[in-house]
Amino acid sequence: MRITQGAFSFLPDLSDQQIHEQVQYCIDNNWAVSVEYTDDPHPRNVYWEMWGHPMFDNPDAAAVIFELNECRKQFGDRYIRIIAFDSTPGWESIRLSFIANRPKEEPGFNLEREDVKGRSVRYKISSYSAQKPEGSRY
Amino acid sequence: MNDKTEKLSGKARYSAGVLEYKKMGYWEPDYEPSATDVIALFRITPQDGVDEIEAAAAVAGESSTATWTVVWTDRLTAAEKYRAKAYRVDPVPNEPGQYFAYIAYHLDLFEPGSIANLTASIIGNVFGFKPLKALRLEDMRLPVAYVKTFQGPATGIVVERERLNIYGRPLLGATVKPKLGLSGRNYGRVVYEALKGGLDFTKDDENINSQPFMHWRDRFLYCMEGVNKATAATGEIKGTYLNVTAATMEDMYERAEFARDLGSTIIMIDLVIGYTAIQSMAKWARNNDMILHLHRAGHSTYTRQKSHGVSFRVIAKWMRLAGVDHIHAGTVVGKLEGDPLTTKGYYDICREEYNPTSLETGIFFDQDWASLNKMMPVASGGIHAGQMHQLIDHLGEDVVLQFGGGTIGHPHGIASGATANRVALESMIFARNSGRDYLAEGPQILAEAAKTCTPLRQALDTWKDVTFDYASTDAPDFAPTPSVS
Repeated sequence: MRITQGAFSFLPDLSDQQIHEQVQYCIDNNWAVSVEYTDDPHPRNVYWEMWGHPMFDNPDAAAVIFELNECRKQFGDRYIRIIAFDSTPGWESIRLSFIANRPKEEPGFNLEREDVKGRSVRYKISSYSAQKPEGSRY
Repeated sequence: MNDKTEKLSGKARYSAGVLEYKKMGYWEPDYEPSATDVIALFRITPQDGVDEIEAAAAVAGESSTATWTVVWTDRLTAAEKYRAKAYRVDPVPNEPGQYFAYIAYHLDLFEPGSIANLTASIIGNVFGFKPLKALRLEDMRLPVAYVKTFQGPATGIVVERERLNIYGRPLLGATVKPKLGLSGRNYGRVVYEALKGGLDFTKDDENINSQPFMHWRDRFLYCMEGVNKATAATGEIKGTYLNVTAATMEDMYERAEFARDLGSTIIMIDLVIGYTAIQSMAKWARNNDMILHLHRAGHSTYTRQKSHGVSFRVIAKWMRLAGVDHIHAGTVVGKLEGDPLTTKGYYDICREEYNPTSLETGIFFDQDWASLNKMMPVASGGIHAGQMHQLIDHLGEDVVLQFGGGTIGHPHGIASGATANRVALESMIFARNSGRDYLAEGPQILAEAAKTCTPLRQALDTWKDVTFDYASTDAPDFAPTPSVS
């Protein structure tokens, strides 16, 4: 399967040049861009690991691409996303998020059903990858 | 136009009998509205022979303290304070016989936090008043002091995006079709296919409640099977607007609680349930971490005609106060009514922190929303993937684009229709961010994306010539320079 979180997962995987364009768009909007990675892409896993802080005051997308590639050297077998933070009053949250690296094999998720009261079903979604200890999943 | 006050006082004012409204104190051309006044702008069409100032004063009177005759009991209160004051009347540009009347209301005329009370005054008695041929509430200025008495959207755009983990692009939805007649099992199939194919949301239609062909609990159970299965298949958070509209509040709470217990992220209500029920559900949604979708069922009965009724921009303001998270606000390019500038005005009311006066988009007053959450506008009705560049240009990024027929009617099935829409959307946002002139190059951008996406190519071939290009019935009337009285 292919996890389709983020803004561009339905497009073919992005080249570094394409990622550069999107990052520069964020920087030009005064958003701070960050690199994050995980080996548990569960839809409700909000907090991926931070590859350093968001790059405040960075004018050049090339610096983000450099960090992305450094992250890939260590965690190239995991999911890596680019995420842009906007501190404008009234927003103060994320403006863009997209996957920039994914493992070769994506095992996806298990859906478990448990019969509860009446005909209701309690659903439990778990990452196949997260059944192994952290760090040895891909 | 704005002649001097003819207000009487003392004995002349309070002698028993009938007096013109403008002499009773409802016409005050020198009045300066205070920062805490509620202001309403009406389009009035007086009966032949009725003077427009008297008509405006009558509207002020009938929407505040007046009755048809002088009453001595006025003298027991601070009547001057409680009288609404018409303070300005302008002819409507290019519409002979129609006038814009500005009326100010003291804040103490209204119960805090109650749309029912606000509307009982402003649109209560006055719309059937005989001296007027027609009356339309065009816009309102809601003072910060009043805005702050309302909860506002239960979730708001920012928190909705955080909950769904979707940033930087419009959300995608589809209404399940046929809207009536499917069994619960068949209905859930549409939900699953559409969400798995790439949509974020599916939606019940306004009139799906609990009918013989599908009772509400069946619908909820099968829909949530579809939602959870699609979430597991994609790794994305998905939702379906479960319509909890019902005959009584007790029924609606029961349905909303069941939706919550099944783990739904979102429920929906129809505008026809009424303002008080909407406020109750908004409060419930805030307390239960639920996104609240409003389908504006019925609004065109009073919003569409320009001479009489209530403009949708006013309904949108009331709904932002009342506290819904989603509101259908037009598509511009689709099958339903929508002048581009007027629609922009609605979207600004939903999404901005502050609306400056903008006559070309129909906004007559500066409106400060005082940090009330933002409402997500929803574009639905006759739109398809081939219009993606125009939709993003007109409607921006914080919007739910709903392609019902444009998903389910895809020649290769629902999931293919959903994928086509998602690829069209992502490729257009990608192109925009990359600095391309996506509006001019839209068809080319879609054609390029279709090279690696067969469902998109099929969608473009199927709907390439479909447009709904009719003249709008509700465009703003304004002169480029506002008339000065």
